[in-house]
Amino acid sequence: MYTPEMLASIQKVEATRQVRMATEPDRMSAEEKDALLNAYHPDFKTECFTEIKVGPNKGDKAPTELAALLHGHSRIRHAYINLKNIDYDVDVLVIGGGGAGASAAIEAHNAGANVLIVTKLRLGDANSMMSQGGIQAADKENDSPAQHYLDAFGGGHYAAQPDLLRKLVLDGPGAIKWLSDLGVMFDKESDGRMQTTHGGGTSRMRMHAAADYSGAEIMRTLRDEVFNLRIPVVDYTAAVELILDTDGKAAGAVLMNMETNEYLVARAKTVILSTGGAGRLHYQGFPTSNHYGATADGLIMAYRVGVQLVYPDSFQYHPTGAAYPQQIFGDLVTEKVRSIGAILANVDGEAFMHPLETRDVSSAAIIRECISRGKGVSTPTGFAIWLDTPVIEMLHGEGTILRRIPAMYRMFIKYGIDMRRVPILIYPTLHYQNGGLKINVDGSTSVENLYVAGEAVGGIHGRNRLMGNSLLDIIVFGRIAGQSAADKYPSVSVGKLALTHVEDYEHALNDADVEKQTISPMLLPSYARRQEYDRRRL
Amino acid sequence: MIDMVNIYLYGKKYEVPASATILIAMEYAGYRLVRGCGCRAGFCGACATIYRIEGDRELKVGLACSTKVEDKMYIATLPFFPHIKQLYDIRTTRPADQIMMQLYPEIYSCIGCNACTKACPQELDVMQYIAYAQRGDYTKCAKASFDCIMCGICASRCPAGISHPQVAILARRLYGKYLAPNADHLDDRLKEMEDGGLEAMVEQLMNRPIEEIRELYNTRDIEDENIADSEIND
Repeated sequence: MYTPEMLASIQKVEATRQVRMATEPDRMSAEEKDALLNAYHPDFKTECFTEIKVGPNKGDKAPTELAALLHGHSRIRHAYINLKNIDYDVDVLVIGGGGAGASAAIEAHNAGANVLIVTKLRLGDANSMMSQGGIQAADKENDSPAQHYLDAFGGGHYAAQPDLLRKLVLDGPGAIKWLSDLGVMFDKESDGRMQTTHGGGTSRMRMHAAADYSGAEIMRTLRDEVFNLRIPVVDYTAAVELILDTDGKAAGAVLMNMETNEYLVARAKTVILSTGGAGRLHYQGFPTSNHYGATADGLIMAYRVGVQLVYPDSFQYHPTGAAYPQQIFGDLVTEKVRSIGAILANVDGEAFMHPLETRDVSSAAIIRECISRGKGVSTPTGFAIWLDTPVIEMLHGEGTILRRIPAMYRMFIKYGIDMRRVPILIYPTLHYQNGGLKINVDGSTSVENLYVAGEAVGGIHGRNRLMGNSLLDIIVFGRIAGQSAADKYPSVSVGKLALTHVEDYEHALNDADVEKQTISPMLLPSYARRQEYDRRRL
Repeated sequence: MIDMVNIYLYGKKYEVPASATILIAMEYAGYRLVRGCGCRAGFCGACATIYRIEGDRELKVGLACSTKVEDKMYIATLPFFPHIKQLYDIRTTRPADQIMMQLYPEIYSCIGCNACTKACPQELDVMQYIAYAQRGDYTKCAKASFDCIMCGICASRCPAGISHPQVAILARRLYGKYLAPNADHLDDRLKEMEDGGLEAMVEQLMNRPIEEIRELYNTRDIEDENIADSEIND
């Protein structure tokens, strides 16, 4: 399966293996990391960002692809929407069917609310389902929520919103308990102790996992619970604009049936946006590890009603996206592969960095190794670095890979690559939206009765997120949003429904002389026909 | 030039690159997918697909996102399959012997044809985990079915009308909640948090000047990397 050049490089990797296994590379100093990020991290390529021209973040920078959507026409600009014709009328409307939305729906339902979930694909079609490596929580004796806070705050470049991060780490152990009680199968020792490992940038081994199907195990359990609780789910139905009432409070959403293109009106006393991230915008031409539906829809809709974005210029490129073969280009190779011992090595088999630096630092170092130092392995899509996986079983015994990272084994063996015997090729892939919508610690926003949870939120992690803190955040802040909405709805009386904010936003764009080149939200990427991106993947 | 092959999408012929997966080939042919496309990486089960190579009697199945096209491949997708999903309350449903008989009695009609196992794109021993469920061994059923992505291909092939993925998730939830050994350290930590001391530590840290936090971060001790060689208890 590998090319002759790759096979020759593998011989060098094999020749250096024993030495690499015996020596732990130094970690970088704070100054070295800053210089590396400035020179090589994609967030620092200023020419790939555009100024936002209207709204609460006017003057801030966002990736050009996201700015185009923020500057886009509304989908319903020419549509006739009869706001008196109410198709759904509920206490809590949850938009988005991932882990945050499901957690919110379960909590709101259990608190007595009449809940509706709408999702543009199926319940569980989300990045949550694809999360592999694990979920952090400080529940071991040598660990504490304060230690967890320190790791996340430093790893995020001291930019996290402190009250949100405080809540994240303090609610961590409770989130693990909640999931266990729902029946999530965490990896345990025979005496019940959680098997925990390091992630990049953690100072204690607090990564809980369910093999390398951690997100899938959590998501399918939450989905099963939503069904058991008989919470109605309207699938293949996207929200395309939020609806406010004439007092300017959130009061529902305009929905669109993805199969018939029919518009529908949902009225709600409270709205929870849990629409996820934006990997499918392919910033700077990067491939992505994200779900098909990760197109920043919630950011666009909430920005139009006036919710501020936090760090709209900050994204996570996961250091180990699959780089070869082309069929899996950009798919995630979980950080857990390094957590259990795999070593990064360049074309000459040299360990050029510590394998468990934070993700932003690791990605920048890999890009530097390939682009600037000429030490990458040539592939049909560019360059790549080896992830020396046979080390795992040399350290921990035969069978470790099948037991602890079966999804990874499966992903590569389908193309004839046995990661137990040979190393695999990786390169950074667009993975996570560090920024997003600004929330208060109860999940509420500057727009009354509108809550946000999950990857659509910005500020929890600062400017870089640690492995295992997003599965934690969707559970912690998903539950909080559900509880907050359930506390709030009994006191809400919805006024007359309105969409004037959509017109006002369009006028603001006109006044700012913005050239509107697209309509938004995007809903799904367009991969039809022979586009450049597809050619690269082929 | 790239190698091309001919495939038939719902019977209609298209020329697509030979290296493409079925999913990429459909998009190459001009489809903009709504159904039958999810994570695109083998985790969500949205893209179950049935196919047959011309001249071959065998009906094959796979995930569109991770199955390469072949010449003369006739393809039909299976974006939805009507599973039987029984509702239950996990708080009161105990891992007792009769629970499968109550909720999924059709598993006792399994005729042992093994079509489910042959069809599984994850290469799970599906018939075996159903056998574990039949005899009330939920621990074994949970572990043997763990890698299930609930694509439903097994259920589509079952002459007894069993919804294997739904049986499996019931077993896994029963195992995770009731049968797996308890994590005592987690309970201890939650109890320890009640007195507020750990919360106060976080607040003390948050309220320090940023330079002090920076210093603490850069000099923090990192737990020994060498993870214990631990085994999941099989």
